[in-house]
Amino acid sequence: MTAERKEFRWIGKRPVRPDGVDKVTGRAQFSADFNMPGQLIGKVLRSPHAHARIKSIDTSKAKALAGVKAVITGADFPSLPDEWVGAGRVEGNFKYFSENIIARDKVLYEGHTVAAVAAVSAAIAEEALSLIKVDYEVLPHVIDPVEAMAPDAPLLHEKMITRGMKTPPTKPSNVAKWAEFLMGDPVEGFKKADVIVERSYTTKAVHQGYIEPHAVAASTSADGQTVVWCSSQGQYQVRTWVSKIVGLPLSSIRVIPAEIGGGFGGKLIPYLEPLAVRMSRLTNRPVKITMSREDVFRATGPTSGAAMKIKVGATKDGKIVAAEGEFIFQAGAYPGSPFMNGLMCSFAPYAIPNVRTWGYDVVTNRPKAAAYRAPGSPIAAYAVESALDELAKKLNIHPVDLRLKNAIVEGTPSYFGPKFGSVGFVETLEALKKHPNYNIPLGPNQGRGFASGFWFNGGGESCATVNINDDGTASVIEGNPDIGGSRASMAIMAAEVLGIDYDKVRPIVGDTASLGFNHVTGGSRVTFATGMAVVRAAEDAVREMKERAAMLWDISPDAVTWEDGFARPAGDNAGKHEPLSLKQIAGQAAKTGGPICGHASLNAQAPGPGLGSHMVDVEVDPETGHVKILRYTASQDVGRAIHPSYVEGQMQGGVAQGIGWALNEEYIYDKNGRLENPGFLDYRMPVCSDLPFIDTIMIEKPVPSHPFGVRGVGEVPIVPPMAAVANAIHSAIGKRLTSLPMSPPKVRAAIDGDA
Amino acid sequence: MSKHHVTATINGEPTEFLCETSQSLLDVLRDELELTGSKEGCTSGDCGACSVMLDGRLVCSCLVLGVEASGRTVDTIEGMAQGADLHPLQRHFLEGAALQCGICTPGFLIAARALLERTPDPTETEIRYWLAGNLCRCTGYDKIVRAVMDAAAEMRGAR
Repeated sequence: MTAERKEFRWIGKRPVRPDGVDKVTGRAQFSADFNMPGQLIGKVLRSPHAHARIKSIDTSKAKALAGVKAVITGADFPSLPDEWVGAGRVEGNFKYFSENIIARDKVLYEGHTVAAVAAVSAAIAEEALSLIKVDYEVLPHVIDPVEAMAPDAPLLHEKMITRGMKTPPTKPSNVAKWAEFLMGDPVEGFKKADVIVERSYTTKAVHQGYIEPHAVAASTSADGQTVVWCSSQGQYQVRTWVSKIVGLPLSSIRVIPAEIGGGFGGKLIPYLEPLAVRMSRLTNRPVKITMSREDVFRATGPTSGAAMKIKVGATKDGKIVAAEGEFIFQAGAYPGSPFMNGLMCSFAPYAIPNVRTWGYDVVTNRPKAAAYRAPGSPIAAYAVESALDELAKKLNIHPVDLRLKNAIVEGTPSYFGPKFGSVGFVETLEALKKHPNYNIPLGPNQGRGFASGFWFNGGGESCATVNINDDGTASVIEGNPDIGGSRASMAIMAAEVLGIDYDKVRPIVGDTASLGFNHVTGGSRVTFATGMAVVRAAEDAVREMKERAAMLWDISPDAVTWEDGFARPAGDNAGKHEPLSLKQIAGQAAKTGGPICGHASLNAQAPGPGLGSHMVDVEVDPETGHVKILRYTASQDVGRAIHPSYVEGQMQGGVAQGIGWALNEEYIYDKNGRLENPGFLDYRMPVCSDLPFIDTIMIEKPVPSHPFGVRGVGEVPIVPPMAAVANAIHSAIGKRLTSLPMSPPKVRAAIDGDA
Repeated sequence: MSKHHVTATINGEPTEFLCETSQSLLDVLRDELELTGSKEGCTSGDCGACSVMLDGRLVCSCLVLGVEASGRTVDTIEGMAQGADLHPLQRHFLEGAALQCGICTPGFLIAARALLERTPDPTETEIRYWLAGNLCRCTGYDKIVRAVMDAAAEMRGAR
């Protein structure tokens, strides 16, 4: 009903976020800021080897050290069955999750957790770690996914048979899974093509790079009830994992969400929580564990590096007639790279009659890949959007026009599922053409690049409660950690429905005991799905308030309307009673039936997909190979910008991460499989002086399934930048870089003709 | 080994604490004095989340020992607002949505205030290079730079 309404009172405004003052004054409590009386300090012993069999672990000396209260190893956790839960691209296996959190018979990467201790001080815990004797049999290791596919490669999981093949292989390998998507007949399709581009690309593993390292405090009382305090992208997800990995009923675990200092997918899964809970249960004391930055790099999830082959063919008029892509993604130590997302997102923005994508999920001796902002899509888009740029140049068509000629619209069939619903892709491209940056003249060594990107966006389970307070204010309880301003969006939507001022609505993120299940803060789902729950909960409160007013007036509830925070009699009763404000109704709640609250619980369906198109100007220093970003313009279909500043912020932040991925960031291993750059000095993320202002264009094409038309916005901005920058470099120096990062030595080599 | 007894002026208040020789000023602030507004992102001076002023000079508190604060003044994020009155930088960070997750924000505010104390009318480039020691992974720095420019303009009465 409200999606068509033109005038909003709060939606589209830019009020200060409810949690803002605490975050600019240092009062906000993030994970590591929480301490409990009598807490023990936990420390983690990690593998120094990329691949080794654990022959024995002797913890006796560590246990005997004064002040040590608990020492745990893999033997302190239940063995879980090797079974896959969930379907397709979001499936998972708790045996692997558990073994990644603490190793059992083998360590599979440098940094893999082998044991943990809890002691009365950090110094004693450190000393205890040095007293644990682990007898390793070092095994050959493999870091590169293509090498890991070789027949003689060292096997990480000695019995692993590739899943997903029509005829399963008889021999084990490092290929955990194979998958394919097919529409039409690419072989026939390519025969119709006048121009074909065929090229290979590689990308490196990159880390999400959140500034807050993982940390947890867990406390267990004598009755076995455990409280966990941590930052995460989902307190319910932490509860589920602790329940399964430690082996406890859900009802015995309460997870309280701390403020979260960045996640980008990397805090969807816990690492420390099961260890802290296990040790708090052994000691009945609070246990706090924090990771160092080195631990974060060595042991938490980067996203995959990949090797890809792309083939696209078009007719002279620029219609793409066939496309193929092979995607080899490294999963890290356990299966579960986002390769299926890559297969699906790669060509998703385009209406191509004949498409085949296939790929491999390959385990390697690296930390297990974790989600990173639109997981899989940016990797695939780097390859596909680079190939399209080459195709446009061969066809002598402007790269934006090539995309326009092939862009998906509402109703276009996808090659991996249903037809696309409402999409504003064409609009994002047309907006770029109208932007002033499109026509700025370029100087020497400067180039302009374009690329687009797709992300599914998520829906899923959310619930929310809206409590109406007797002073005319409202409290919103939602269950998704606020990672970038979502409390502001929830308050805006609730205020809009209730018809009261934004400042009168106070949202909080509840713990796992205060609200029913909520799916994670991820998949660009929160403002859409949890926002939908908040809107429905506020509507439920309005329905209740109309009933209370009807009771006070002694008329039928159907004869009451709600406008701008007031109940008004309608129909035959119009004008017969003075309107009652929310505050007046709330003030009389005791005599009309008790406290007023609205609740909604739903599984949000039909999210609108995210599409974005980017344009970047670069200048290449021919002497050093350094690439400077001169200006950047990101255009995106944002559905409905509830709080436009935070929508812009998502776009700008995604672009900045993409620029880092494009130009500098990579995991570098030595010959022993040890990470050489586990710190911010050598893992070079963009700093303020590396970037210009990032211009944003928000296209609002409301999503029909959401009451206000919300579309997820957080992930798609990281999809186009790597290809956009590569295409700009090509435009500047006439050389195509097919390997990330496009760091100065590679750019220099390309200029010199070595690449 | 016994702990050191240190006296310092922290956010304008005379303060005493005990610390180990090896404890950083950041650890002292967070673990001994419960001033957890200064954040630990790296302990190697690369992220700037622990930025504080030491005798009026911008430092990474993870690179300073707690004992080095002896007899000196330390200003942290907790001392930036005067009661309920936010510093103009704090206000402009809020109004300009210059934070998303907020973990880097205390460090950026301390560093930005240090800039404006010496350079009341910085150019965009000066802001970008001054703040290059502070990592933010959420915002792409766009709204941070704008917030600093807006606060600077307000503080010198240009708007």
